[in-house]
Amino acid sequence: MISLSHVAVRQGTFVLNDVSLEIPACRYGVLMGRTGSGKTTLLEAICGLRPVSAGSIRLMGRDVTRLKPAARGIGYVPQDTALFSTMTVRDHLAFALVVRRWSRRAIAARVDELAAMLGIGHLLDRRPRGLSGGESQRVALGRALAMRPGVLLFDEPLSALDDQTRHEMYDLLRSIRRQVAVTVLHVTHNRLEAEYLADRTFELSGGGVSLVSCSPGAAKS
Amino acid sequence: MSPEYPSRPAEAVDSPAAPSAYEPSRVSAGRSDPLFALGQYTLLGSYVALIFALLGALAWFTSPEHLLRAMGTEEIRYALRLSLVSCTLSTFLSLWVAIPGGYVLSRYRFRGRAFIDAMLDVPIVLPPLVIGLALLILFQTLPGRAVERLVPVTFAVPSVVLAQFTVACAFAVRTMRVTFDQINPRTEQVAWTLGCSRSQAFWMVALPEARRGVLTAATLAWARSLGEFGPILVFSGATRMRTEVLPTTVFLELSVGNIEAAAAVALLMVVTALVVLLVARMFGLRGTGLI
Repeated sequence: MISLSHVAVRQGTFVLNDVSLEIPACRYGVLMGRTGSGKTTLLEAICGLRPVSAGSIRLMGRDVTRLKPAARGIGYVPQDTALFSTMTVRDHLAFALVVRRWSRRAIAARVDELAAMLGIGHLLDRRPRGLSGGESQRVALGRALAMRPGVLLFDEPLSALDDQTRHEMYDLLRSIRRQVAVTVLHVTHNRLEAEYLADRTFELSGGGVSLVSCSPGAAKS
Repeated sequence: MSPEYPSRPAEAVDSPAAPSAYEPSRVSAGRSDPLFALGQYTLLGSYVALIFALLGALAWFTSPEHLLRAMGTEEIRYALRLSLVSCTLSTFLSLWVAIPGGYVLSRYRFRGRAFIDAMLDVPIVLPPLVIGLALLILFQTLPGRAVERLVPVTFAVPSVVLAQFTVACAFAVRTMRVTFDQINPRTEQVAWTLGCSRSQAFWMVALPEARRGVLTAATLAWARSLGEFGPILVFSGATRMRTEVLPTTVFLELSVGNIEAAAAVALLMVVTALVVLLVARMFGLRGTGLI
């Protein structure tokens, strides 16, 4: 579950005030809004990358408002993927597990499982340089999913992809939803993404959030 | 000479049928581009030619015999050893300060940051002799003398390393700051969300991504240390078999009129610097797919 209650975030002169939204556990929420409306700022606040000046953020029933990003149990996929240029795809998938000191055997098994799920088994020894946009997004997604987070946060992950790759990613995201019990908040300005993926669609405008549509199970159809 | 822009012919203003001076076929870009490029290549080529001419002059003036004779001298062999050791030490010290220093200046916003940033330019812009004089005076103060009682610094080998470090470190910090500025901070932020503390994200993500910058900072610090002369002359003296480094040797040989030996040592410095830079570059680029 992702629950924001009267959250206020300040970034320079830009202010998000009294933002509240709720996405039930294992549902797919899409947050829409125009460029500059504060979508990324809000997502960063949920990640813990930006301080919240008022209100509270609860993830999976736990108040994380004052917790560091590392303690929030989230998977984050930024717009530019932010892959680690010195690491192989295998290292990316293993990263969060190495930090958590999983055993070598458990890491190898999880990496294989993720690679099969995301269709990137043939890329495991490649570095980010030279990967296509779709491949990079799959790696970023795998890196975020590796430690089985309860919450996934996507910041316009498909905005730089061509139409065909984007549709492949829609299918992949739906397939992941069927396989993984995870609550998702997906930020985008693309209405088509909301139609394809969302259980709940929110609109961010004028510094506040409103629920636009609620169709439980839509993404499962 | 100011550039001349084509002016629109007067008759073209009122006559729609008249050919426009702005039609693509009339734009002179086709002719000016090669001239523009030629001008740039010429200027760059002139400077590179000057560097080659300087090295050529040294090589022409020095014979292998001069070089062998210079290397046969115990004093010059000592100066070479001290140069290599002191430059390496000052490089490690510079990196020790420059990597965290550059990271702090790039990633954190704090009161006094602009002041510290400006202070880092002081060793770069100050005349080398002034740096040497300031170091000399510093070690005559009460805290300086306390250090001297523990480790003799002035006119001893540590003064050579300290003089080189004082200047080289400023260049290294600048280089590391630019390096971290160019690394997307989002990668570290993602690492935090994946469970890393700030220090883990630095060691596991930021530092590996900065490795080329570290190498550049190291080579710059090393080369700068090798050529350091002014502060060493004032702070360490020019005592043979004690605080003599290669630039000191050039100075001492010149001062007694032994130009052949001075040129031989100068050429030795050039070769040493080139070998170190090439090895460092090859080592640094290994595994990146560029060599």
